[in-house]
Amino acid sequence: MEFVAEIVISALLVMAGLFGLVGSFGLLRLPDTMTRLHAPTKATTLGVGGVLVASMIYFWVFNGLVSWQELLITMFLLLTAPITANFIAKSYLHLNRGTEKLPAAQDCREWATYAEAERAVEPVMTGAPGQDGPNA
Amino acid sequence: MIAHAMTFAFGCFGLGLLCNLWRLYSGPGIMERVLALDTMVINMIALIVLYGMATDTGLYFQAALLFAMTGFVSTVAYCKFILRGDIIE
Repeated sequence: MEFVAEIVISALLVMAGLFGLVGSFGLLRLPDTMTRLHAPTKATTLGVGGVLVASMIYFWVFNGLVSWQELLITMFLLLTAPITANFIAKSYLHLNRGTEKLPAAQDCREWATYAEAERAVEPVMTGAPGQDGPNA
Repeated sequence: MIAHAMTFAFGCFGLGLLCNLWRLYSGPGIMERVLALDTMVINMIALIVLYGMATDTGLYFQAALLFAMTGFVSTVAYCKFILRGDIIE
């Protein structure tokens, strides 16, 4: 039992280290901000997840205690990584609006984050059911 | 065997931190620096958890959790500041 656990923990640690290194190296090597965003948000989260799962198995097998804090950290990281990536991409789009650094959006439209002001008008046009509506 | 794997993982994450530090130093724009800082936070969480395993205490998980929250909030606050010019409107 302990030997199998040792093998699993070691494999998870090696995998996590490789993924973390690949993510950070991709951040260093990729040519553009949008492509740079791809490397750390995916690979590093997988790396940290591997370390946390390895730590969970380690404390469960060798110390006999199940600690749920690793699961909490893993869940928190998995939940917040897409939000962070989305915010960074959105800020980059707004910082470089109208320059040639951005690729063109598909379907002859603008990027969706630019078109927010037009959509905000829509509830006013349809008319909200308020107290001083037209049928009051 | 676990000790060797742990040393390997320590080396990998340390090297990753150096990569991030170089990107933080030489990034051409603001967003690269924010992204590099966010990745540094994630790598530091991995290092903290690895250190907790190496010293055989569960004391460092709270530190890792707090660090994860701080990193997320600081990244989102900076992006919000760039997007809106204000953090809490």
